Amino acid sequence: MQMLTKAFWLQLSTPKAFYPVAGTLAPCFMMLAVILCVIGLYIGFFVAPVDYQQGNSYRIMFIHVPAAWMGMFIYLVMCAYATIGLIWNTRLSSMMASALAPTGALFTFIALWSGAFWGKPTWGTYWVWDARLTSFLILLFLYIGYMSLQAAIDDQQKAAKASALLALVGVVNIPIIYFSVKWWNTLHQGMSVTVTDAPTMAPSMAWSMFIMAFAFWMYAIGIALMRVRTIILERERHAAWVQDLGNKGANHG
Amino acid sequence: MLAMIRWVLWRELTVAMRTKSEVLTTLFFFVIVITLFPLGVGPETETLELIGPGILWVAALLASMLSLTRMFSEDYQDGTLEQMLVASQPLVIIVASKIFAHWMVSGLPLVIISPLLSLQLGLDMESTLILMLTLLIGTPILSLIGAVGAGLTLGVRGGGVLLSLLVLPLYIPVLIFGAGAVEAVRAGLEVEAHLSLLGAFLVLAMVLAPWGTAASLRISLD
Repeated sequence: MQMLTKAFWLQLSTPKAFYPVAGTLAPCFMMLAVILCVIGLYIGFFVAPVDYQQGNSYRIMFIHVPAAWMGMFIYLVMCAYATIGLIWNTRLSSMMASALAPTGALFTFIALWSGAFWGKPTWGTYWVWDARLTSFLILLFLYIGYMSLQAAIDDQQKAAKASALLALVGVVNIPIIYFSVKWWNTLHQGMSVTVTDAPTMAPSMAWSMFIMAFAFWMYAIGIALMRVRTIILERERHAAWVQDLGNKGANHG
Repeated sequence: MLAMIRWVLWRELTVAMRTKSEVLTTLFFFVIVITLFPLGVGPETETLELIGPGILWVAALLASMLSLTRMFSEDYQDGTLEQMLVASQPLVIIVASKIFAHWMVSGLPLVIISPLLSLQLGLDMESTLILMLTLLIGTPILSLIGAVGAGLTLGVRGGGVLLSLLVLPLYIPVLIFGAGAVEAVRAGLEVEAHLSLLGAFLVLAMVLAPWGTAASLRISLD
């Protein structure tokens, strides 16, 4: 039995077996994402009370905070996949790493953008050189570097390995960069506004935020699975099963 | 192994001395960038003194990045790099020697010329000395981190621009503490913490970067 389950999982890790599984799972995750998003936004917009300090403008938090969490989390997951792909030379892990990168970059960008719109009514400025804002901007640069390197190398096997190494260098540097920026900020004069003082929030606010985080998480998985299917087809296009798939599609069409 | 290090160093330095352009281009780039700043922001001494440490460090960052593309590209084109990969000596040692040679050609000249530019920007003697010290500790880190990027972008189209995209975000901590130390001495604060952190970065980079570079070269020449 144990042998059987092990064989099942190992088989699932081949692109050929994973392709249909991903095709079945992706819509499920997307559906979950939509449902959770509707619930989360409903609580966020209609149930959660108005903040006594910030009024209604705080409600951008329900997009901003989950997006920021996902931006950081996806980078770590991407690095984990890239490392596995680099060490054990498993094709599917490298494909997953490249499938996750655009989503991570998107969430990081959304976090920065929504943060700017939140900053204007609360701090009176779109951007401050705060430690968190700066380190998020650098995180976006790391994502862009990763994707550019992958796009610049034609040989996809090589591109996967090179970008995996870059992701690894990035993950070693992230804590160093984060603390440098934090200390840099404290070395300069203190900011009149900080992002760090977390207000105690109403339970409905917290609920909305967590549900939205789950919605984004499901979306990230769903879209990554959809993207990995395309990547599988692209990188395995010379494999017999992909060509069969293409012929079948052509006959049906 | 020692013979190998000596051979690599001697070879790199001889090539650099005979062509000369590498050393001089980096150096003149550094000087020209610094010259542009007073022209851009105005010649007021207070302003220049205020932004001096920052622009000196940013210029050093850009200058050392500019010379990175040449660290491996010539050896890659004429096939020397492939021979190094299959040599009986460990690649890490060869790579580390190459990085050291690169620093001597591109980093060290910046350290030596920096007092002149520092005085031009109106920094005092103490700040200038600290600036030299931070550049002395900091520029090897730039060469070390940059080597990984140079290895990854080897033979890639648009490699030069891509290299800056990959490497500059990783340079940020060095910039913060390098320029920060000079700022601190101008404000009359302790600089020891900055220097210790820079030293820690250097040690960490010395341990990890040659391995990373060796791995990146193996991927690029696969």
